[in-house]
Amino acid sequence: MPAHDVLIIGAGLAGQRAALAAAQEGASVAILSKVHPVRSHSVAAAGGINAAIAVADDWRSHAYDTVKGSDFLGDQDAIEIMCSEAPHEVMHLEHIGVTFHRNERGELDLRAFGGASMKRTAYVADITGQAILHVLYEQLMKHHETVDRYEEWFVTSLVQDEQGSCCGVVARDVRSGRMETFHAKNTILACGGAGQVYSPTTNALIVTGDGIAQAYRIGAPLMDMEMVQYHPTTLVENGLLITEGARGEGAVLLNSEGERFMEKYAPNKMELASRDVVSRAEQTEILEGRGVGADGSGIWLDITKVPRKRTLEALREIVNIGKDFAGVDITREPIMIRPGQHYIMGGVKTDADGATPIEGLYAAGEVACVSVHGGNRLGANSLLDTLIFGRRAGEHAARRAQSIPMPEAADARLREDVAEIDAILARERNGGPTRPRRVSEIKAELGAMMNQHVAVYRDEAGLQQAHEIVGRLKEEAKSAYVDDRGTVFNQDVLGALELGYMLDCAEATVLGAIERKESRGAQFRTDYPERNDEQWLKHIDISLNGDGPQVSYSPVTITQWQPEERKY
Amino acid sequence: MAETHKPPETFKLRVRRYDPESGEAPYWDEHTIELEPHRSVLEGILQAKAKHDGSIGIRCSCRAAICGSCGVRINGEPGLACHTHLDHARESAKDGVIEIEPMGNMPVIKDLIVDMDAVHWKKVQRVTPWLIAKQPVPEREYIVPKESMVDITQSMACIQCGACVSDCLAMEVDPGFVGPAALAKAYRFVGDPRDDQQDIRLKDLAEDPQGIYDCTHCFKCVEACPKGVNPMGQIMRLRRIAGSDQHIVDRNNGERHEAALTTLIRDYGLLHEAEIIPRSYGGNSWFGKFHPAAGKELLSSLPTVIKGILRRKVNPKIAIFGHKIPKQDLAAVQAIYDKVESRPQRYELNLYVTGYDEDDEPVPAGVGAGTDTGAASAIATQEPDGPSGAPTTGEGSAA
Repeated sequence: MPAHDVLIIGAGLAGQRAALAAAQEGASVAILSKVHPVRSHSVAAAGGINAAIAVADDWRSHAYDTVKGSDFLGDQDAIEIMCSEAPHEVMHLEHIGVTFHRNERGELDLRAFGGASMKRTAYVADITGQAILHVLYEQLMKHHETVDRYEEWFVTSLVQDEQGSCCGVVARDVRSGRMETFHAKNTILACGGAGQVYSPTTNALIVTGDGIAQAYRIGAPLMDMEMVQYHPTTLVENGLLITEGARGEGAVLLNSEGERFMEKYAPNKMELASRDVVSRAEQTEILEGRGVGADGSGIWLDITKVPRKRTLEALREIVNIGKDFAGVDITREPIMIRPGQHYIMGGVKTDADGATPIEGLYAAGEVACVSVHGGNRLGANSLLDTLIFGRRAGEHAARRAQSIPMPEAADARLREDVAEIDAILARERNGGPTRPRRVSEIKAELGAMMNQHVAVYRDEAGLQQAHEIVGRLKEEAKSAYVDDRGTVFNQDVLGALELGYMLDCAEATVLGAIERKESRGAQFRTDYPERNDEQWLKHIDISLNGDGPQVSYSPVTITQWQPEERKY
Repeated sequence: MAETHKPPETFKLRVRRYDPESGEAPYWDEHTIELEPHRSVLEGILQAKAKHDGSIGIRCSCRAAICGSCGVRINGEPGLACHTHLDHARESAKDGVIEIEPMGNMPVIKDLIVDMDAVHWKKVQRVTPWLIAKQPVPEREYIVPKESMVDITQSMACIQCGACVSDCLAMEVDPGFVGPAALAKAYRFVGDPRDDQQDIRLKDLAEDPQGIYDCTHCFKCVEACPKGVNPMGQIMRLRRIAGSDQHIVDRNNGERHEAALTTLIRDYGLLHEAEIIPRSYGGNSWFGKFHPAAGKELLSSLPTVIKGILRRKVNPKIAIFGHKIPKQDLAAVQAIYDKVESRPQRYELNLYVTGYDEDDEPVPAGVGAGTDTGAASAIATQEPDGPSGAPTTGEGSAA
């Protein structure tokens, strides 16, 4: 029975960084991932990572940009930590081998990115996430004696002891179907966001909110779940991401009249305003009839402005994406994009060391809400978030492990999870009075509905409808059947479990959106279009107790920057 | 513009199934799906999973050719399922039915899922795949040339999908061959100016009989790679640095063989077959044939040579004296050598950056002479002279 000081769930940037940090502190470490670590969705992050490393730069400027970007919902103490520790972390990455691109003098090159007051984004072409993730995995291979890797193991539950502390997890070896209890003094969730709740989304198929839901189910509070980021430039064809780095290199947005409409909405930063501002601008242009494409639902992204040689060198991935998925050579013609779901600022509530209110349970990365992104995340701040808080959670958990005994995780949870899976496998295609639905059908309906009612522009009627539909889908999910009854690599039954996690995340998002009667950051309500600091400068927390979801509030920590009008 | 708004069509998929728990042999399974023709084979399989049979096993995640999960063989060719359009796949299918099988060279776990740990990752680990940083480590970043990071970005672009390993012909015959993915990864460190162990890495991979000289130069991995990593190209670069720069003469005669081949073609214009074996084993000179290692090898190949002479496949005069080609042809061959060797730095093609662009603007004459990084992302800097020194790699220069 595996037992470790620090157990990490999820092997993306946050998880791998936490593992390396904890091992560095001398703790015994295990890292579990439902896919091979380099398949984690961090690999898709493209544009870069923010840090005030330029001699002329100051981390306080980066912090202010982040606070403003968050529409003043971000906790400023955590933001200060993230921005002040960023330069050191980027240099650490450089020293372990990340292949950051250089400028003419051989120093780290920095590009422009959204919402930033000066160029401070370090990058590797447009595969920055991939480069960092692969280099971290190189380090895990190097340290294979101090970090145990469990690759393709799917966590089904978090385990609690009688006092309610988290003492481990139950997980399934995907390859053999074997279920096992993992004991741990500390468990760090690093499972990422929940983008698959929406359709279309830039997120991979594996991003199903597992960690958020599992923490929620044992009573951890979720914070700011209504803050869902729509990325301004996703392919109309299939929702795939076109990195903000394109705009950073000089690409512009055009409507059907060929005008650079961002002039009207953000005259200063134009295309490099914060993402929520740009997405809303695009959506407004589309709704007012100035969209492009057969059904007018797109906007032109024109990268031809960037010198071709530079595009091929620094934006090669999107040249490939344009060619392979849209049949367009972006160096010669504009490409059609529109806003698409991309990131959730909300997640499991933590402090600046990644600790949740549940003893023994930590969270870092997109799964967590510290909150450094508040109502809207700046581009290239997520890579930073995952590494800073992954490291901090790993270190903190490792130190905590030094003074506590190894807990005994009881077998009860394991038996329950095995029974649950057996029950899913036993569900009949034709059982009961109403025809049971397939898991994929319910998922498709959820995604389309969320993209309609809980998207860029929201209102009470739409949100209430969303709430109703989520409730109905949760009922239907209880009898949703699967085809695969085997034990080896049964992806079908895991899909049924993931559907449950997605529905929990959707419910929390809808409840948060209904509760917040104002517009701030990514949440825009047409019935409450103004930001209301007097009543709503606070976080919305959602926790499960015996009766169901409970809404409460928590204060926003303000250190240096008082809320002001947010203009780009 | 894109032909991406055609209406949905019917496509037939033939999927290779294998259920390890059934005790039965693998079999083919056919599914009919309906999607727009520009959509991917992966989306086709996922539709089949969603609508007909959820038990089809395939690894997939990002749908955007960046995570590397969905490596498969489509109509016998390796690649990513998410990266292959349904209409293109149907065109190359032998009976109009798109065939999807698991990747090769790796054990099959279930359906389209293979055991990559057993082969792919084992070999990656073989090349010490982490940076061994040059000391002392600076406080800030290492100051390194801009071109070097662009150069190794090509190797860094590898998403570890396994497509190159799947169809590596050398590995099929010699499963111990370190292989394209691992060797491309090795170049990522050899080419990184911050790594301290360039010479040790090269020596290790040159001396390993299943290392850099085990590649048969067949281009299969270059074709297979969805990201333009050009694994074979990376292997050849390792050879060039090991042989030409570091003069590592390995025990497998790999370096000697390359030296012999290039010298013989320069001297004769065509390969002098009888000389290649003695020089590969005995050293790159006319006297190579007197070396004991060469003697041994010549003796053991005597039966083949005699058979060749008896069947008139070998002409004894040409065998002893070599091919004679017209003087101006020999001069033309030697001019190529002179041109390439006169460059101050080797020109290395970076497929990740330049890609396989079809309709390219011709590179203007003199581009690359004296400009910052010159055409494409060539490592070669100043071109000393002449008509477009750099080969056309699709760079319409903005200069």
